[in-house]
Amino acid sequence: MSLPRYATGRLLLGLGQVVGVATLVFVLTEALPGDAAVVIAGDQPDPERIAAVRTALELDRPAWQRYLDWLADLLRGDLGVSLVSGRPVADVLTANAGPTVLLAVLTLLLLVPLAVGVGMLAARREGGRLDRALSATVVGLYAIPEFALAVLLVALFGVHLGWFPPTAVGTGGNLLAQPAVLVLPLVVLLARPVCSLSRLTRAGMIEAAGSAYVAHARRLGVPGHRLWLGHALPNALAPVVQQLARTTDWLLGGVIVVEAVFVVPGLGTALVDAVTARDVPTIQGLCVLVAVVTVTVNLAADLVAFRLAPAAPVAR
Amino acid sequence: MNPFVRTPTVSRRALLGGAVALSTAALTGCGGRSGAPAPGPGSPRRGGRLRAAFAGGGANETLDPHLANLFNEASRAKAVFDKLADYGGDVSIVPRLASGWEPNADLTRWRVTLREATFHDGSPVRARDVLYSYARIADPKRAFRARASLALIDLPASRAVTDRQVEFALVRPYAEFPNLLATFGAYVVPEGSENFDRPIGSGPFRFDSFQPGRSLLLSRYDDHWDGTPYLDELEYLTANEESARINALLGGQVEYAHDVTPTTARTYERDDRVRVTRMPNSTMQGFTMKVDRPPFDNRDLREAMFLLTDRQQLVDTVLSGAGQIGNDLYGKGYQYYADDIPQRTPDLDRARFLIDRAGARGLTVKLDTAAVASGFVEAASTFAEQASTVGLTVVPTTGNKDTYWKDILDGGVLACYRSGAMPIETHISQRLLTNSTTNATGWARPDFDARYVRAISSADEGTRRQAYGQMQRMLHAEGGFLIWGFADFLVASAPRVGGVAADAPANTLDWARFDKVWLG
Repeated sequence: MSLPRYATGRLLLGLGQVVGVATLVFVLTEALPGDAAVVIAGDQPDPERIAAVRTALELDRPAWQRYLDWLADLLRGDLGVSLVSGRPVADVLTANAGPTVLLAVLTLLLLVPLAVGVGMLAARREGGRLDRALSATVVGLYAIPEFALAVLLVALFGVHLGWFPPTAVGTGGNLLAQPAVLVLPLVVLLARPVCSLSRLTRAGMIEAAGSAYVAHARRLGVPGHRLWLGHALPNALAPVVQQLARTTDWLLGGVIVVEAVFVVPGLGTALVDAVTARDVPTIQGLCVLVAVVTVTVNLAADLVAFRLAPAAPVAR
Repeated sequence: MNPFVRTPTVSRRALLGGAVALSTAALTGCGGRSGAPAPGPGSPRRGGRLRAAFAGGGANETLDPHLANLFNEASRAKAVFDKLADYGGDVSIVPRLASGWEPNADLTRWRVTLREATFHDGSPVRARDVLYSYARIADPKRAFRARASLALIDLPASRAVTDRQVEFALVRPYAEFPNLLATFGAYVVPEGSENFDRPIGSGPFRFDSFQPGRSLLLSRYDDHWDGTPYLDELEYLTANEESARINALLGGQVEYAHDVTPTTARTYERDDRVRVTRMPNSTMQGFTMKVDRPPFDNRDLREAMFLLTDRQQLVDTVLSGAGQIGNDLYGKGYQYYADDIPQRTPDLDRARFLIDRAGARGLTVKLDTAAVASGFVEAASTFAEQASTVGLTVVPTTGNKDTYWKDILDGGVLACYRSGAMPIETHISQRLLTNSTTNATGWARPDFDARYVRAISSADEGTRRQAYGQMQRMLHAEGGFLIWGFADFLVASAPRVGGVAADAPANTLDWARFDKVWLG
């Protein structure tokens, strides 16, 4: 199959996936007990007030009508307005994307050289003391859930030793203004992906090093570093790239814990707030954003893998 | 009328927070910092920026004071705006923008005189601004929280007598009219205000900049009628997790952390980086029994419930000791509280006797609870244990926390309940009259309603006090509120912060108030 044809097929599939996710999220949010009116009324559930809020928010219209309107607006690129504040959802997303994107990009920038380096180093010394030490360390880090690691790091380095700020409170979302606040969140975000990626790199390198084509290249007199970097690495990297795509998804959706512990005003925080307030348009907007990113990143990863190792099976 | 409906409670994030507190406690335990005491705040002085960490409402927060709901919104509203009156330390009414009020003979018209005060743009606060603000709150098309409270005012018949005098017409005689002026959310905004992106109020601080869900920066308003604030600037920062707020305080990122748990207070008792201020009688804690349906339509069974409750145990376990026991009456320490009624003590033998007389031995009762307020789930399980000692099977049932208050208003027979501070009269009118909108105990007694009407129709304070006393006696003897305690409200601040008031139950004027606070 040619690359363009493969790409077009996957793109159409991706569009379908995004609409599917949006629909599913709408249905699930509708299925939650209570709506925004009840949540807003809180411990003052005066029935008259709930009814007034419901009318004001147009929650008294049938769900399918609201869904179709929302979908029509979405096709025009309009994500609607928040039920709680009346501000455009797109503004909420833009305002909160900054810190999350920054964390994700920095994590990826540090992750790739770190994980691939560790994996290659371990593969070169397969079975040696360095290999065992590296493997033990990364697997050990992988075993600690990120919230536990975050809590420990804050307690030790933030509060007890005072080396790094314990939270990002007061940065107003501009994390680069105080780069020190980034250190602990980045460590937490790196801990787990470093393990999975370096283990994949290591396994891939060892497998490639033992393969017939590398043995052949070696017989032809290709020097050691070219053998590793030029021949073994590309084949070893194909699964790594796909794992990297999954890591990116996880970074964008799964930083909720890190954002909560370190008080980073990002997309994860916005999602938690929106769900708590039953702010359906904001939830929908966030989910569409995450779906688009997920589909795009995975598509890109599959294309890269397709290019790196055309013979290997990839998602169709 | 406890305003704080979206208070984050035992969410997953709070759970993480608990873990932080624990590990921090463990770490500080081994070699914390408790050397020489830090310098205190000293006497009041001017200057500086105080950074205060509050839980927030996310990217969708607004600065519209009539929409205020959360702790941080309530605090911001009082920093930027003023009400005509507010609640004092005993939840009696203290004048604010109003300098005084006079009723007519039958208590249906009230003349309110305004102080000489100005908005941040220099324009004077006039009677028209007051009438506009109240009309905005009372707009039936909108759903502002204070609307129901202002329903007694007949706004079309009210008028501005002069620029500094308003005459309010009421739909019926109402001696406690000043309570309305202090209603949560009844802030005065300039006439015509609709957009609060850059709010203009008459409060002690003026707007500087705002990032919803992140920070609000205010600067002092030199011409505030109640005196210039000590602080130059006040910055509200958002940290939803209690642990993050306390960590930010410990890390020097803020000087004030609002709403901390008793566990945190104990952990940092000896840490000289933190001072905890306790505000007693802040949150009523109890259970509601629905008196209009079985099994609690039986008076003996209700009395048995009162008598089997070990209040001290509930305070010790659920509130970690940070509170006082209750006497099944709302408003301990507040104006008109009937403290002449003797404190109830556990009497298990009499409770068993009453249960037998009610034919309720071996009865199984569902107790509704949810992680909607701290301690609810713990209170339910502790109470279930206490009830089992007299042969009642109470089954705690955890419901949905987001819809909890609506669910227990009409459904179930027994539920966990709490309330912030409000005048006792407001508690009665909102919750205990036949036509009350949030009558969670189903208490509907014509004789009780009549006593209430007698009270609020009397200009004589002695008569009112007597009527409120009689009503509280009825509730104490056979009401549906089992009120076992009153929780302290806790805030933490850096040692150099002075002027944080302790005699200020949550929701009162001095609670979460910063114009009398200084940095030493």
